[in-house]
Amino acid sequence: MNPGELALLALVIPAAGAVLVGLLRSSPNLREAASLITGGVLLGVVMQIHRAVAAGEIPRFVLAEPLPGIPLELVVEPLGMIFALVAGSLWIVTTLYAIGYMRGHHEKNQTRFYIFFALAISCTMGVAFAGNLFTLFIFYEALTLSTFPLVTHAGTDAAKRAGRVYLGILLSTSIGFQLLAIIWTYLLTGTIDFEMGGILEGRAGEGVVAVLLALYVFGIGKAAVMPFHRWLPAAMVAPTPVSALLHAVAVVKAGVFSILKITIYVFGIDFLTQLGASVWLMWAAAATIILASLVAFRKDNLKARLAYSTISQLSYVVLGAMLANTMGIIGGGMHIVMHAFGKITLFFCAGAVMVAAHKTEISDMKGLGRTMPVTFAAFFVGTLSIIGLPPAGGTWSKWFLGLGALDAGQVGLVAVLMVSSLLSIGYLMIVPVRAFFSPAAPNPHGHGHANGGIHEAPLPSLIAIVITSLCCFALFVYPDPFFRLISMVAGP
Amino acid sequence: MIAAHLPAIQIVAPLLAAALCVLVPWKRVSWGIAMAGAVTAFGAAVGLLSRVLGGEDIRYALGGWAAPWGIEYRVDAVNGLVLLIVAGIGVVVTLFALASVEREVDERRIPLFYGAWMLCLCGLLGIAITGDAFNIFVFLEISSLGTYALIAMGSDRRALVSAFRYLIMGSIGASFIVIGIGLLYVETGTLNLADLAELLPALHGERTILVAFAFLTVGTSLKLALFPLHVWLPDAYAFAPSAVTGLIAATSTKVAVYVLLRFFFTVFGVTYSFGELSLGMWLLPLALVAIFTMSLVAIFQRNIKRMLAYSSVAQIGYIILGISFASVTGLTAATLHLFNHALMKGALFLALGCVMYRVGSVHIDALRGLGRRMPWTMAAFTAGGLSLIGVPLTVGFVSKWYLVLGALEQGMWPVAALVLVTSTLAVVYIWRVVEAVYFGEPSARAGSVSEAPLRLLVPTWALIVANLYFGIDASLTTNVAGQAARALLGGAP
Repeated sequence: MNPGELALLALVIPAAGAVLVGLLRSSPNLREAASLITGGVLLGVVMQIHRAVAAGEIPRFVLAEPLPGIPLELVVEPLGMIFALVAGSLWIVTTLYAIGYMRGHHEKNQTRFYIFFALAISCTMGVAFAGNLFTLFIFYEALTLSTFPLVTHAGTDAAKRAGRVYLGILLSTSIGFQLLAIIWTYLLTGTIDFEMGGILEGRAGEGVVAVLLALYVFGIGKAAVMPFHRWLPAAMVAPTPVSALLHAVAVVKAGVFSILKITIYVFGIDFLTQLGASVWLMWAAAATIILASLVAFRKDNLKARLAYSTISQLSYVVLGAMLANTMGIIGGGMHIVMHAFGKITLFFCAGAVMVAAHKTEISDMKGLGRTMPVTFAAFFVGTLSIIGLPPAGGTWSKWFLGLGALDAGQVGLVAVLMVSSLLSIGYLMIVPVRAFFSPAAPNPHGHGHANGGIHEAPLPSLIAIVITSLCCFALFVYPDPFFRLISMVAGP
Repeated sequence: MIAAHLPAIQIVAPLLAAALCVLVPWKRVSWGIAMAGAVTAFGAAVGLLSRVLGGEDIRYALGGWAAPWGIEYRVDAVNGLVLLIVAGIGVVVTLFALASVEREVDERRIPLFYGAWMLCLCGLLGIAITGDAFNIFVFLEISSLGTYALIAMGSDRRALVSAFRYLIMGSIGASFIVIGIGLLYVETGTLNLADLAELLPALHGERTILVAFAFLTVGTSLKLALFPLHVWLPDAYAFAPSAVTGLIAATSTKVAVYVLLRFFFTVFGVTYSFGELSLGMWLLPLALVAIFTMSLVAIFQRNIKRMLAYSSVAQIGYIILGISFASVTGLTAATLHLFNHALMKGALFLALGCVMYRVGSVHIDALRGLGRRMPWTMAAFTAGGLSLIGVPLTVGFVSKWYLVLGALEQGMWPVAALVLVTSTLAVVYIWRVVEAVYFGEPSARAGSVSEAPLRLLVPTWALIVANLYFGIDASLTTNVAGQAARALLGGAP
C-alpha cells in the first residue's frame, strides 16, 4: 500500500471503528476492546505514514472533485504529519482513560459517546491531511458537527445552552469569515492549493493581505483568539475525556494548526514579513495570552481554569504563526505538540479528581494530594510543561517562540511570554502545591477518603495519566522527530 | 420518431393523465395514472436535456404550424434544466403522495386531487418549455388554478382562506403579466419570444416597452414571491397538504424565476434590463432585505412548515441576488440554486410530510423527542437542514460558493460577507428544530409513534441522496448551469 492510500486509511479506520462500536453496543467489554484496537491500528498507520514523510515524501490522494478544479484531496506534508502524530497517539491513551472514567462516573449513552468520539478523530485526521483550503474547510466543519453530540452529551439544559454557544460561534466564524477568505483567495489566485512559499505573493496588495489574514485568524474560531473564545469554556460541560482530547488536542489544535498551515502555505512567511501585515495580529494574540491568563486566575472550577489556560496557550501558536519567521514557526509547531501532552495530562487529572473524590472546585482540593498522590504528581508534571520549565517538553516551544520574537524585533512580545509564564505558575502551580501541602479541609459531604488511605481513579485512567506525564519528560529529552518535521517547513 | 416529438410528449403526457385521473373512480388507479404521466414527463425531460447538452437547441413547431404564427416550443440549457427539475421532483413527490394524500385528503376527492395535481405539473412544464409569450400566460393559469385547488384541499380549514388569498394575489400577478404581454404585442405584432428578442432592440426608447417591462417584472415577481410581494406564500405552504407543499415549494417559484430570467435576458436583453434600466440596482437591495428579514422571521415561527416557507422567501432572495449581478458567475449561481434549492426544500418538506403522517402536526412542540421515535425521518430532516445552511458536501454549499464568488467578482465584498453571515441565521432556525427533535422530551402524542412507512421514506431519502450526490460531484450541475448562464447572456435562445 502506498503512503497516499495509507493517508486515506487513517481517515477510514476511525470511521470503521465507529461502525464497529455501534455493532458491539450490547457488550461493553467488546465495544471498548474495539475502540482500543482501532486506536492501536490507527497509530500504526500514522507511524507508517511518518516513515515516508520523514524520508522526504509527500503522499497524495484525490478523493473526489466536487467543483471543477477544486478537488477533495489529501496531502501529507510535515506540519500535518505532526498534528496527525499527536492526535493519533493521544487518541488511544484517551480511550484508555475514557474507559475508566465513563464507567467510574456511570455516564449514560456510552455507545453514542464512543461512536462520535471515533468520528471526531476521523475528521481530525482529515484536517491534518487536508491538501487544499477547500478540503481543510470541509473537515473543519465536519469536526465541529461531529463533536457537537459530545459536548451536549449530558443532555441537560446547561449542556444544550453550551452546545448552542459552541455551534453558534464555531459555525458563524467559519462560514462568515473563513469561507469568505477562502473564496476570496480563490478569486485572487485561481487556486486553493497549499504551496510552499504561499500562493498570494504578487497577487494581492498589502491592504487585501491584511484583511485576508485577519479573516483567517478570526474565522478559524477553533483557535479561540479573543473575542471568539467563548465556545471553549462553554464546551467544558462535556465529559472530561472529551474536554481532554477534543478541547486540549483535536479541536483546538485543529484551529491553531490551520492558522499555522495557512500562514506557511497560503501567505508564505517571507511575503508576510515583507508586508508586515501580521504585526497587529501578533498583539491580538499577545492580548489573548495575557487576558485569558488573568481570567484563569478568577476561576475556581478546575476545568474552567484549564479552559482559560488553553485559550491563553493556543495564542502562543497563533503568535508563532504571526511572527512569520523560522523560529516563530518552529516554536508554534512545537507548541502544538508540547501543549497537547501537557494539557491532556492536566485534564486527565481533573477528571480523575472528579471521579475518585467527586470534587470540581480548586478550593475543595486542599490536602487531596495525600489521597491521590499519583494524580497530583502528574498534575505537577503537566504544569511544568505548560509553564515551560525543564525538564518538561514545554521548555522547547517557549524557547523557540522567544527567539522568534527577538528575530522579529519585538522585545515587547518576549516580555509578554515571560509574564505569561509567571502567571501560569500562579494559577496552575497552586493546585498541586495546595493539594500536597495544605491541611485537608473538613469534608461536609462525607465524600472522599480523607482518613489517610490512598484512593486513586480507576486503573485504566491512572495508567493513561502516567503515560502522558512520562511523555512530557520524554519530549524534553527527545523532541527530535517533531523538531525535524517542523524544520522541513520552517525554512532555513 | 418519438425522439422528434419529445417536446410535445412533455406536455401531452401530464395533460392526458389529468383528464384520465378524474374519470376513474378508484383512488389507487387514479394515482397510478398520475404516476405514469409523471414518469413519462420525466423521461421526456431527460431526453431533451441530454440532447441540449449535446450542443443542439431544440425547436419544435406545435401542430406543424411554423413560428412565428404557430406556437413554438424551444429548449436550451436554461429551460432544459428547469424541465428536469420540475419533472424529476414531480416523480418523487407523486411517489410520496400515495400514502400521504390518503391520510390528509378527503377520500372522495382523491381522484380530483390527482387531476388538479397533473394539471399543475402540466402547467409548470408548459411554462418552461414554450417559446411563445401568450402560451406562457396560458400555462401559468393552468398551473395556478391547479395549485389553488390543491391548497384548498388541505385538512386544516385555514387552507381555504390561504388558497383564496393566493388566488387573489396570483390573479393580480397573472393579469399584470398578460397586460405586459399585450403591450409587447401591440408594439411588435408578435408573441414569439425569439421574434420579440429580435424586434425589441429597435424600440428600446419607447415608453410602452418600458411599461410592458414594468408590468411583466411586477407580475412575475408576485408569482415567485419576491419580497415584498411574498405575503401569500407562508400560509399557502403551511396549510396545503404535505405533498402539495413539497411539489409547489420545489417547483412553482422556480418556474416563475425562469420566466423572469427569460424576459430579462432573452427577450429584453441584458443591455436593456441591466444596462439602460439598471435593474441590478433595484433587485440587489430587495434580495438582501428578503434574505435578511425573512430568515429572521423564520427563526420565530413555531409551525415548522411556515418556518420553511419563510426560509423559501429568503432563498428566493439568494437566487435574485445572483441574477442581479448579471454576470456569468452570478447567473450560474442563480441557476444552480434554482436546482439545488428545489432539492433541499423538497427533501425538507417531504420529511415534514412523514411527521404529519405519523404525528398529525408539524408544530415545534409536536416534534419534540421524535429523534428516537422516527430516526430516519429526522436524520433526513437534519441532512436537508445542513444542506439549507450550506454545509460543504451538500448542494447548498455549491450554491453559496458561486454566489459569493459572483459577489466578490463585482467587488461587492460586503454583499459576499452578508450572504455568508445570513447562512448563520439558517443555522439558528434549523438548529432550533434539531434541538427539539433530539433533546426534547416527547409529548404524550409523540411518545407512541413509530417510524414513517417506507413508501414515504424512500422518496424523502431519494431527495436527500440527491442533495449529497450533487454536493459531492457538482460537475454535472455546474456544467449545465454555466451553459445556461452563457446562453442567457448570449442573447436569443
